[in-house]
Amino acid sequence: MSSNVVSVKNLKKSFKGFEAVKDVSFTVQKNDVFGFLGPNGAGKSTSLRCMLSLIQADAGQIKLFDQDLQRNRSNVLSKIGSIIEKPDFYKYLSAFKNLELLARISGSSVSKSELYDILEFVGLQGREKHKFRTFSHGMKQRLGIAQALMHNPELIILDEPTTGLDPQGIVDIRNLILKLSKEQGKTVILSSHQLAEIELIANRMVIINKGKTIIEGSVNELLNSSNMVVKFQLDDTGRGEKLLAKDFGDIRKLNFSEDELTFEIEKMRIADVVECFVKNNLRIYSVEQKRKLEDYFIKMIEE
Amino acid sequence: MLLKNTWNELVKILAKPRSYIGFGALTLLIGIILLAMKADGKSFISFVTASFEQTLSFNGEILNGNLMAFVILQMLIIHVPLLVALVTGDLVSGEAAMGTLRMMATKPISRSAILGSKLLAGAIYTFLLTLWMAFMAYGVGQWMFGVGDLIVLNSDGLVVLPADDIMWRYFYGFGLAFLSLLAVATMSICFSVFSDNSIGPIVSTMAVIILFTIIGSLDVASFVSIQPFLLTTHMASWRSLFEMPVPVDDILSSIYILLFHIIAFAGIAFWRFNKKDINT
Repeated sequence: MSSNVVSVKNLKKSFKGFEAVKDVSFTVQKNDVFGFLGPNGAGKSTSLRCMLSLIQADAGQIKLFDQDLQRNRSNVLSKIGSIIEKPDFYKYLSAFKNLELLARISGSSVSKSELYDILEFVGLQGREKHKFRTFSHGMKQRLGIAQALMHNPELIILDEPTTGLDPQGIVDIRNLILKLSKEQGKTVILSSHQLAEIELIANRMVIINKGKTIIEGSVNELLNSSNMVVKFQLDDTGRGEKLLAKDFGDIRKLNFSEDELTFEIEKMRIADVVECFVKNNLRIYSVEQKRKLEDYFIKMIEE
Repeated sequence: MLLKNTWNELVKILAKPRSYIGFGALTLLIGIILLAMKADGKSFISFVTASFEQTLSFNGEILNGNLMAFVILQMLIIHVPLLVALVTGDLVSGEAAMGTLRMMATKPISRSAILGSKLLAGAIYTFLLTLWMAFMAYGVGQWMFGVGDLIVLNSDGLVVLPADDIMWRYFYGFGLAFLSLLAVATMSICFSVFSDNSIGPIVSTMAVIILFTIIGSLDVASFVSIQPFLLTTHMASWRSLFEMPVPVDDILSSIYILLFHIIAFAGIAFWRFNKKDINT
């Protein structure tokens, strides 16, 4: 038996002649926090919907927990907790009642006290009896996460879980995902536009664009973690550029302008660059580390 | 899983304010009819019986609970489908529009069990609505107007049914009304499977009822041949129970046709729902 929790091969799906997913393949291993990236309309949600049998793929193979999704749908889905697109609940029911209804069809026996515990875990204690329609966006997301976790699933699929959340909410969700992965050994698939989030918490990722897999692999390997992208703001960027060309000819230039010099360089050599600028009487206004995934992502989808 | 989700569906139906519109409307409509007949019923009845008074003499109370139940059932059987469709037409499409169908379909419950539970819950709701109509029309009618012989005017003339020979007719009559309404409920759920908004299936159901009623009432040769197969033709089959003798074969034929409609609409709904892409 392989350690793959998810194995998707050559997935295809069209809607009335439009090919939303042309050829998507990826694998997710046990205990991964797996980043699922792609621009709007890339086919992320369609792929995730196929994985949850919300829509039927035209071609391709989906295996979850080494089982064929179509043949073992109920068994497979009982091990998955998910939020797709956004958490939608019955507006006229309370948070607790909503969870109770979904728990009844979750395939596991979830007691009332466990439901109260999960509501407390996501920070909704005291709001159990409040109607869903009175909830803020952040509270709806938390309730969505509660329903995804209530039956103790092995795989958690979160589609844009931080959309619309305030900064504290984003940090809370990030910490929650890390906790689920590190402390409870859950496998998490995280689809997000928040590239910084993916970079911070995912260990593996796939990038898809125009319905096709562009690249898949370890985040560290793909981003080459020994290198960093840095942005320098100097009093004379022209002279700074010449110094870089002379002493650091192997750096990868990303953005050289009047205002900034942004380039990719080995982590260990950043101090050398600073020393070089200082020795040559350049005034350094700021040195800023930039997220590499953003550049990498843009480069990948432009290719 | 089917029974667990049927319970869920009933909880949702009970929690939705629109589920009570039917009960409220029936209470109001039947209440108004009963009160109006209590106030002016005698003059209304004498106006109807005036043409027979030269040939027949009427002894006893013609205006009684049995007559009221008959009048009410006749008046409402065409309108109650709207009240049923208001709830059942929303069972799938309302959830698709709200996004909750997506939440439900990601759980380990089969599509057939989801739809089956909605059909069961819809049938229970329809049964309760029919039961309420029976209670209001027959129960409250008897309480307000008392018991008596039932005089019914049908195509063969006047039929007089003794008071002690009526209750079983209403029992089966409301049973047939339930079957008719169940056919309407199944049709609206079937439409609901094809739609992602709440209003479409409800309006479509009513449009079909109105269209079939119009076709059923026009004596055009091409329509006459299809009239026996229309759902609406058999919605009035309960009236046959108040004929002497009771045309059992006609009633059985109506039951088979209504059952055929129910099975056909449910079959189409299952076929479609199992293939449906949930994109909302």
